[in-house]
Amino acid sequence: MRTIWTIAKREYDNYFNSPLAYVISFAILLPLGIYFALILWVSAQQSFMGGGAPESTPINWLFVFLMIFLSPALTMRALSDEARMGTLELMLTAPVRDFELVAGKWLGAMLFVLSLALVTLVFPIILNNFVTPGIDWQVIISSYIGLILVVSALIALGVGISAIFTNQFAAFFATLGLFFFLWFMISLPASYLQESGAVLNYLSLSNHFSQSMNVGTINLGDIAYYLSLTALGLFVGTTAIEIRRWR
Amino acid sequence: MIKVSGLTKDYGARRAIQNLNFDAQQGEIVGFLGPNGAGKTTTMRILTGYMPPTDGEAIVAGYDVVEESLEVRKRVGYLPETVPLYTDMVVFDYLKFMGELRHIPNVDDRVDEVLDMVGLIDRANGYIGNLSKGMRQRVGLAQALLHRPEVLILDEPTIGLDPGQVVEVRELIREIGKERTVLLSTHLLYEAQNICDRVLIINKGKIVAEDTTENLQARLIGAERVVVRVRGEADELADTIKQVKGVREVETKDDGAVEFEFASGKDLRPEVAKQIIKSGYDLLELRPLGMSLEEIFLELTGSDSKKK
Repeated sequence: MRTIWTIAKREYDNYFNSPLAYVISFAILLPLGIYFALILWVSAQQSFMGGGAPESTPINWLFVFLMIFLSPALTMRALSDEARMGTLELMLTAPVRDFELVAGKWLGAMLFVLSLALVTLVFPIILNNFVTPGIDWQVIISSYIGLILVVSALIALGVGISAIFTNQFAAFFATLGLFFFLWFMISLPASYLQESGAVLNYLSLSNHFSQSMNVGTINLGDIAYYLSLTALGLFVGTTAIEIRRWR
Repeated sequence: MIKVSGLTKDYGARRAIQNLNFDAQQGEIVGFLGPNGAGKTTTMRILTGYMPPTDGEAIVAGYDVVEESLEVRKRVGYLPETVPLYTDMVVFDYLKFMGELRHIPNVDDRVDEVLDMVGLIDRANGYIGNLSKGMRQRVGLAQALLHRPEVLILDEPTIGLDPGQVVEVRELIREIGKERTVLLSTHLLYEAQNICDRVLIINKGKIVAEDTTENLQARLIGAERVVVRVRGEADELADTIKQVKGVREVETKDDGAVEFEFASGKDLRPEVAKQIIKSGYDLLELRPLGMSLEEIFLELTGSDSKKK
């Protein structure tokens, strides 16, 4: 556990050594800020016509949506770059288990995204001051739990794929392709199929968040889905490192 | 401390090392000598737990490198050949990170201590990416020494260093080798002679010789070769030298120098010198030609195939 933390800490610090971290922060926080302003403006217009109170959960949805495209850039270098630079030899000859290395990389990226998520807390806090009698914090908490779970799955898969490749761009496109498929495409044929359609719907990355935790419903199936994807990603990463040893 | 038996490693169809057997005791510096691609790095990577062997076993610091890889890695300091480093990290932070991975107590003090040992204390706050090759080499060495390992495995530790640093690093290795086990690879014979108690010569994945450096040289150099130079024209110099009993393989070079050989143990140089002076030449040079590593290799690989 201590080893995982040491690796995560270095990974987290390392993000701020490259412009990539700032670009990603900017690419997430700027659209979220604009979107928030838009929500406030629209609801201000509608309140004269008796519209509902503004909500901040669509911002979390946008956060997750942007992560589909940006998290591959965050994780592409995680292990591929270690392999390319040769520093993997350093890690694999230090007393570090393969799993600890992969989990440390995952945790480092998680901490980075969690820092960004922490910043987005200003949106519900601001909103709470505008709305009487205040916003529904239970929905906000559920939404953030969902966000953390989705991001955890995305990063674990990204780190896992990064362990397979030595070229960071190969890792980026493979990860992006997978996320695109899981988010948009996998549930497309569901409406044409009878029973198997439900399976495809279950596998979709977006359903468990958009229609569930982001509207305040927490159910075990959704949590299990994201946790399994996280475990899968870490498993793929660990196995890929082990295979590298044997090659 | 290191015990290797029957170690074999295949990369696909290519056999990198074949049936290696050797050992190294505590307080011993063992040199691993061989040309590029001989299997030195492969062997070291197996011993450090980086990759498993195809066959055979290796015990390092009392633990099997495959079965108890983590225990081995705790006790081994390793300097890889390419000296991989996180170039975007500060020297001190990098060593502290490696120290934390190894759970070293008072890691800050220990990092300072090790930086002092390798003479990099004034660059502690610089980025690794801005260091010269020789300095990076020393950062790598500092990393290998950080946790006071029982076994030190150094892949070409002095490559890329300038002459002054080479002397310092060799001194450091010799000091460490007094209490610990050091296995280092090199392709420089004089380096092996200089620091190693024992030398393993490896070629094409096989150990072709294993002995102390002195014994190895004595065994190899069956004949001594000498070059002679005189003032002015020396057309009959070769014939003059041939008159000395025991001289063989006399050869006139393009630049007028003459080379000859005699069986080692019986130095014929005084006789040859007398003969040259007697014949009226002005002797300018009479110099023994050392045996280069390349020649030793040719010798070894040649005699090896003859034996079998």
